[in-house]
Amino acid sequence: MRQDHLLTTKQLSRGDIEAVLDHAAEVADDPAAFRERHAGKLLALCFFEPSTRTKMSFEAAIKRLGGDVVDMGPVEMSSVKKGESLADTVRVVEGYADALVLRHPSQGAAKMAAEFVDVPLLNAGDGAGHHPTQTLLDLYTIRENAGLDGLKIGVMGDLKYGRTVHSLAYALTNFDAEMHFVAPESLRLPDPVRYDLQAADADVYEHEEVDDVLGELDVLYVTRIQRERFPDENEYQRVAGRYQIDAETLEAARDDLTVMHPLPRVDEIAPDVDETEHATYFEQAHNAVPVRMALLDLLL
Amino acid sequence: MSENDTDPDHQLRVSKIRNGTVIDHLTAGQALNVLSIVGIDGESGETVSLGMNVPSDRFGAKDIVKVEGRELSQDEVDVLSLISPHATINIIRDYEVVEKHRVERPTEVSGVLACPNSRCITNADEPIRARFDVLSEGNGVRCAYCETILEENIAAHIP
Repeated sequence: MRQDHLLTTKQLSRGDIEAVLDHAAEVADDPAAFRERHAGKLLALCFFEPSTRTKMSFEAAIKRLGGDVVDMGPVEMSSVKKGESLADTVRVVEGYADALVLRHPSQGAAKMAAEFVDVPLLNAGDGAGHHPTQTLLDLYTIRENAGLDGLKIGVMGDLKYGRTVHSLAYALTNFDAEMHFVAPESLRLPDPVRYDLQAADADVYEHEEVDDVLGELDVLYVTRIQRERFPDENEYQRVAGRYQIDAETLEAARDDLTVMHPLPRVDEIAPDVDETEHATYFEQAHNAVPVRMALLDLLL
Repeated sequence: MSENDTDPDHQLRVSKIRNGTVIDHLTAGQALNVLSIVGIDGESGETVSLGMNVPSDRFGAKDIVKVEGRELSQDEVDVLSLISPHATINIIRDYEVVEKHRVERPTEVSGVLACPNSRCITNADEPIRARFDVLSEGNGVRCAYCETILEENIAAHIP
């Protein structure tokens, strides 16, 4: 298997991460300098699950580098509907492009797909598993706003099914970061992630209420309680709505607290937070383009 | 070695074989899982004898499996270490033990266990076999794809 697939943040060293973030800063400073860098290159987009930000920002990134996309389109309109396996789909699509971006509902899908292709494969989310490119833009945003070393970060919401949470936690083990995970019992970090964080000797604390730790934090990373990840609708209803923040909640936070969210949000961050200095989630979403441009520039 | 292990009557009780493999000191109650793991279902015609919950001084009780006419390789038997870490393998030729060794923990097992995570790609209709990395600490294994960890009752995941 090639070494330049990006499947999980577990494969990234501090040096790997900093190389991408430094390059992203160069891209953000002078995007025009990268305009024709990858003219003629094609990026295949295979999204088996809905996406707005990830898919559109990858498309924006390759186009701003002078390349273009070939898009599988909705699953309903593809040969997947005829029963084609993922393994066959990626083997076909790799012939059309210079790299492949894959989102799939099954955990481990990107790992498996990478065993079948010879072009670089970027995991854009595999079920409740990993989402490494989201983490790179999250880290870029954290570095810009709070710094990555000596960081105190709270991660709140769906820690069990939230792939952005898992990828972020793994990546932060490379830095001097104190991680505070805030979730109800039923949505705590899953055992495999817990196992890896322990093995990495990460500085991890767990809470059921955000108030227990809010006043200490540099960054609060809020995630959506994802209905589609719940096998049981009743379990979703029990916990949804319990982990919300609004401007009043944030009065207990430090003035320089950075509030992030991978988006889409539903109601876990009230609109009145948007007007505060804490709100960084739209900046975070916009950072997707320079970070993914940097990643593609390093990869292609 | 216990008395039972060397007692020829005990060996005869589960039938003596001329050529083949004796898998001894299996964790009591695991013999049928062992046959499943090594892919012996009787359909290929080999004579198979098994003893379950046989008294053993060392383990209290153990299982034994004897397979006539088939010599199991180290790779085939090492996977047994996951469910029966004290198993020993005896290769028999002309009624004599010509090789005797313990099972060793492999670094990975492939096609033996099914991943219990219904959302794992190995449970989708894809041309891959479930593969597990064997954890260096403890007795657990970890799905190479979705990373689910199995630590207890691993035999329950033999399809």
